[in-house]
Amino acid sequence: MPELTYLAALREAMAIEMRADPRVRVIGEDVAEGGPFGATKGLAEEFGAARVRNTPISEGTVMGIATGMALAGLRPVFEVMFIDFLTLAIDQLANQAAKARYMSGGQLSCPLVVRTGAGAGRRYGAQHSQSLEAWLAHVPGLKVAMPATAADAAGLLRTAIRDDDPCVVIEAKLLYYRKENVESLDPVPFGRAAVRRPGKHVTVVATARLVGEALTAAEDLAREGIELEVIDPRTLVPLDLDTIVSSVRRTGCCVVAHEAPVRGGFGAEIAALVQEHAIDRLTGPVLRVGGPDTPVPAAPALEDAYMANAGDISAAVRGLVGKAR
Amino acid sequence: MSALDRLDGAGARRLLERMWLIRAFEEAVSDLIQRSALPGLVHLSIGQEACAAGVADALEAGDRVYSGHRPHGHALALGAEPWRVMAELMGKRDGLCGGKGGSMHLVDVAHGFLGATGVVGGTLPLALGTALAIAPAACVVFFGDGAAQTGYFHESLNIAALWKLPVLFVCENNGYAEFTPRSAHTVVERVARHAETYGIASATVDGNDVLAVRDGAASLLERARRGDGPALLECLTYRMRGHYEGDPASYRTSAELAEWRDKDPLPRFARSAVERKWLGDADVATIERAAREAVRDATERARRSPDPEPGALTRDVLA
Repeated sequence: MPELTYLAALREAMAIEMRADPRVRVIGEDVAEGGPFGATKGLAEEFGAARVRNTPISEGTVMGIATGMALAGLRPVFEVMFIDFLTLAIDQLANQAAKARYMSGGQLSCPLVVRTGAGAGRRYGAQHSQSLEAWLAHVPGLKVAMPATAADAAGLLRTAIRDDDPCVVIEAKLLYYRKENVESLDPVPFGRAAVRRPGKHVTVVATARLVGEALTAAEDLAREGIELEVIDPRTLVPLDLDTIVSSVRRTGCCVVAHEAPVRGGFGAEIAALVQEHAIDRLTGPVLRVGGPDTPVPAAPALEDAYMANAGDISAAVRGLVGKAR
Repeated sequence: MSALDRLDGAGARRLLERMWLIRAFEEAVSDLIQRSALPGLVHLSIGQEACAAGVADALEAGDRVYSGHRPHGHALALGAEPWRVMAELMGKRDGLCGGKGGSMHLVDVAHGFLGATGVVGGTLPLALGTALAIAPAACVVFFGDGAAQTGYFHESLNIAALWKLPVLFVCENNGYAEFTPRSAHTVVERVARHAETYGIASATVDGNDVLAVRDGAASLLERARRGDGPALLECLTYRMRGHYEGDPASYRTSAELAEWRDKDPLPRFARSAVERKWLGDADVATIERAAREAVRDATERARRSPDPEPGALTRDVLA
């Protein structure tokens, strides 16, 4: 397989699914022109304007339109440029799409996919840089994927498009242009974590950009004789609890890392689940690494300080191992 | 040729039966609530029956419909089984949605009714997406005048016009958004005025005149199905009950209520049907009696339906 960027992998995934299923549609602001990052580039040329549809800047209503398409049997993929803008559309997503199956007693299906870019690091300021996955994971009826590699970007998006429930694929936009050797663009099943690096001392559960940071931390700590096991859940809903718990039951130590603020973040959910299922094996508290309780600042120096990194993970691990010893 | 011209005895009977079914149903619901025999927050459509019945009569197979938070009449007008609507309101297993939707979330896919909403304005965008999927068939969305002040309404008008979608926006303008009159919400008196801004065809009709509603809906739906784009039908009407059952509605005067009682769409259409010899006086009386009996039976049957079994709690969250 040639080298592919995360963005190219997303584009390939949409093209493959659109070729296979005429019900698949792409909708969003400027998608026919490829969107601001180019994720949908070329799709309008191949599939036509009726299937790759530009919309006005009306996120809330367009989320409802995509939902109404899905309720009537289409499979829309709605690009919400930045997850920050999803706040405008949370009503339709949480109140209509996520509840349609339940409120109708199973009469309705809502095979809607939302693609949205998240995360800081591009100097875009507080309203183009957030990580809001915990909001979404809190809504029953939604599935939430967070690909951390190009292969997963394609594979999880393809699975989302084939899924009969509303799925939000949260893209790590700092990874968009990174080239990777992509072995396969095959669909990646939801609810199956990837063990990115095996190790015996400490389990690190990391999402999106923090997966790479955890792997860097693992390299650093290996030199100190501390072996990290790095687990990427890939989907928060459904969550592969078995892989996480069985790892922690072996290592006895757990650190959870994400970019979102620690307070109320999805790391708290993982920490709670780990203590429920592995407290008899834990040698110390489950520690969380994440953002501070601040908006994302624009100044490069401050934004860098905001973003949790390998050093933060290493520091947490050292503290944990020190306590355990 | 107008829908009015096409109406015959059978059509008149159908319209009056539908309106009486809704009236009898809503009165039964009110009675159950007063006796604490029905749970939850319920918004009745007594006084607005002509809107539901008239629009439903203009639909064709393949059309789809959404509603707002006052949806019982719409579901019934489309053909939902009254006992299953009642069972849904009662939270019973045999409800349209197995009891998991409730009054504000009726869905009956078999009859083309794709949903209602407790969030005012929330189904307006859904209708656009569904219209995209089912064109050239049309999608109808019922909403109240309160929803006309939401962003969804204006964004939906804009996009429906931009994409020439076969959507019929049906505003049941009953003069009140919850507990305050329209004048407290906007300086724009007529909802249909907004359609002009977006170049959308519109008509404002007497919403208590079922023939005017049917006629207006039929011609606007026809052009929507032809591919001429969306349309807005504003039905001027009045709700004879409070915003929700239990609302004392002290914000309205008795003179206003009396004025609208005189415009009650049911006796009004019955008189007109008798005058035109579509129906006889005996037919009118029979239709009312039959509707009340049907609702009594439906209520009894719904009451006999069991509660949902506990396992239903966690079913249908995901596929």
